[in-house]
Amino acid sequence: MNISKDLVAASAAPLVLAILAEGDSYGYAIIKRVGELSAGHLQWTDGMLYPVLHRLERLGYVEARWATAESGRRRRYYRITGAGRAHLKTQRRQWQVVDATLRGIWMKFSPAPQAGRAPARWGLEPTW
Amino acid sequence: MVKHDDALEAQFAHMVEHDDALEAQFAQWRTWLRRRPAIRDSDVEELEGHLRDVVEALRATGLDADEAFLVAVKRMGNLDAVSREFAREHSERLWKQLVTPADAEGAPTRIAMRETIVVMALAVAAAAAIKLPELFGYPHIGAGDGLFEGGNVYFPNLSFFVLPFLAGYFAWKRGLDWAGWVRLGLAFAAAAFVVNAFPFAPAGHTWTLAALHLPIALWLAVGIAYAGGRWRDGGGRMDFVRFSGELFIYYVLMALGGGALTGFTAGMFATIGMDVEPLVVRWMLPCGAMGAVIVGAWLVEAKQSVIENMAPVLTRLFTPLFAAVLLVFLGTMVWTGAGIDVEREVLIGFDLLLAVVLGLLLYAVSARDAEAPPDAFDALQLLLVFCALVVDAVALAAIAGRISEFGLSPNRVAALGENLVLLVNLAWSAWLYARFIAGRGPFSALERWQTAYLPVYAVWAAFVVVAFPPLFGFL
Repeated sequence: MNISKDLVAASAAPLVLAILAEGDSYGYAIIKRVGELSAGHLQWTDGMLYPVLHRLERLGYVEARWATAESGRRRRYYRITGAGRAHLKTQRRQWQVVDATLRGIWMKFSPAPQAGRAPARWGLEPTW
Repeated sequence: MVKHDDALEAQFAHMVEHDDALEAQFAQWRTWLRRRPAIRDSDVEELEGHLRDVVEALRATGLDADEAFLVAVKRMGNLDAVSREFAREHSERLWKQLVTPADAEGAPTRIAMRETIVVMALAVAAAAAIKLPELFGYPHIGAGDGLFEGGNVYFPNLSFFVLPFLAGYFAWKRGLDWAGWVRLGLAFAAAAFVVNAFPFAPAGHTWTLAALHLPIALWLAVGIAYAGGRWRDGGGRMDFVRFSGELFIYYVLMALGGGALTGFTAGMFATIGMDVEPLVVRWMLPCGAMGAVIVGAWLVEAKQSVIENMAPVLTRLFTPLFAAVLLVFLGTMVWTGAGIDVEREVLIGFDLLLAVVLGLLLYAVSARDAEAPPDAFDALQLLLVFCALVVDAVALAAIAGRISEFGLSPNRVAALGENLVLLVNLAWSAWLYARFIAGRGPFSALERWQTAYLPVYAVWAAFVVVAFPPLFGFL
């Protein structure tokens, strides 16, 4: 299933913040985590992750630092800040409202398509 | 056993070859990414790290280097789109910023820090130098009846308050050897001796001429320091031409800022009943004017690769306008049959006109790609030079008719000499330009001619400074 571009763009920031809330991470690992969480349904263009990370950094939601990984290469590690966690909280509430609203109307349609996969929608719910 | 080793070695060699090829691909990708203005070096490093992570992961699953690289690049996405996203996030990066060189983390490098300190010290030294004569009992620069009055110590010495520091900055930056330092020092010392020790008549013509021509002659010394070891090379001289144009523009901009600052200073203190004009005239203006030259030179140095040069842009704007004015002037003269009314200042006026046209030509040459074929702008440039030559010829003819009447004063000889120096340059430039447009010669011939001619201006200026006073009896 291909998720539309707009949805990918809208969910990028909360998703990245949520992954960083699990622990500090770097670009490639974040992309990998997104793949795992969405069971491969959310396909990001790798390059697009970085402008998102930089925007979150400018807004003060994440901090970045260069560190040398065990492989000997320098990597830029990102860490969520207090402001980032607060933002994630509001984002989560907003997404829950959207999700609940949609769920309400989905219920009127029957039978629900792919009902078994419902909890994995956006690939976010389980981790929060 | 030997056979086995060979096989292993061959396999190993294959792997190394593969890794080399992979590294070459990374390098190519890096270069490609660096060309995008919105993506900085630290971003390139981050993105390349990502690419390497993906390639490593893919190779671990059994893909070979080429395949892994291709897949990784594909996953990275369209670089144009990625770069657009970077540009949206960092729109300020598209406005090229003037910053001192910084490392990946944005902190200024130690070399840049040291240069900043040296420049500030030199600027302060230049600002202090202009106050130096007061220690020896001379009045301050704003006192008296003006710069051009006889006995004014500032007017003939203006160059020495700032140019030695400017030359010193470049000599330091380019790592000039001690012989070069000595030569620079000797040039300045000799110049200082001439303008101060010659028995000039008070406010005499030769004194004024020497004071006016000295900065031109000493600018050559600055140029030699600027070019470092590259003064013999046309490229080094052309860089100095570019530098001079940019410095002039920066200086004018800084002067505007300085004007606003002094205006506010005087105005604000006036509101609390204090007259700070003496402070402004004695300290702010002269010290600022001297220090600004050094700071301007430093800014030009720092930004040369960052921001497009302004002088060629102005040249592009004004070449058509000057050409149009000259054409209309010539046309009007022919139409009305009016001759040039030879007044005292006419010759100097035409000298200035030639100098402006030469400047337009020089800065157009400095910015032109020597390999590009002739275009409409080249034709316009040639037209401008040609018109200037005709106008100047008309003026010279009018002046020649009355030269015996005027007699040969130092001012007139100096103005005539300047006219000749500029005329020779422009006439030969027009010839070279015409050959280039006709496809019979390379553009680089014009470039070489301009850079080879640079010392002529300085030599003529030095001649006026050194030889005119004795020739005209220190009038």
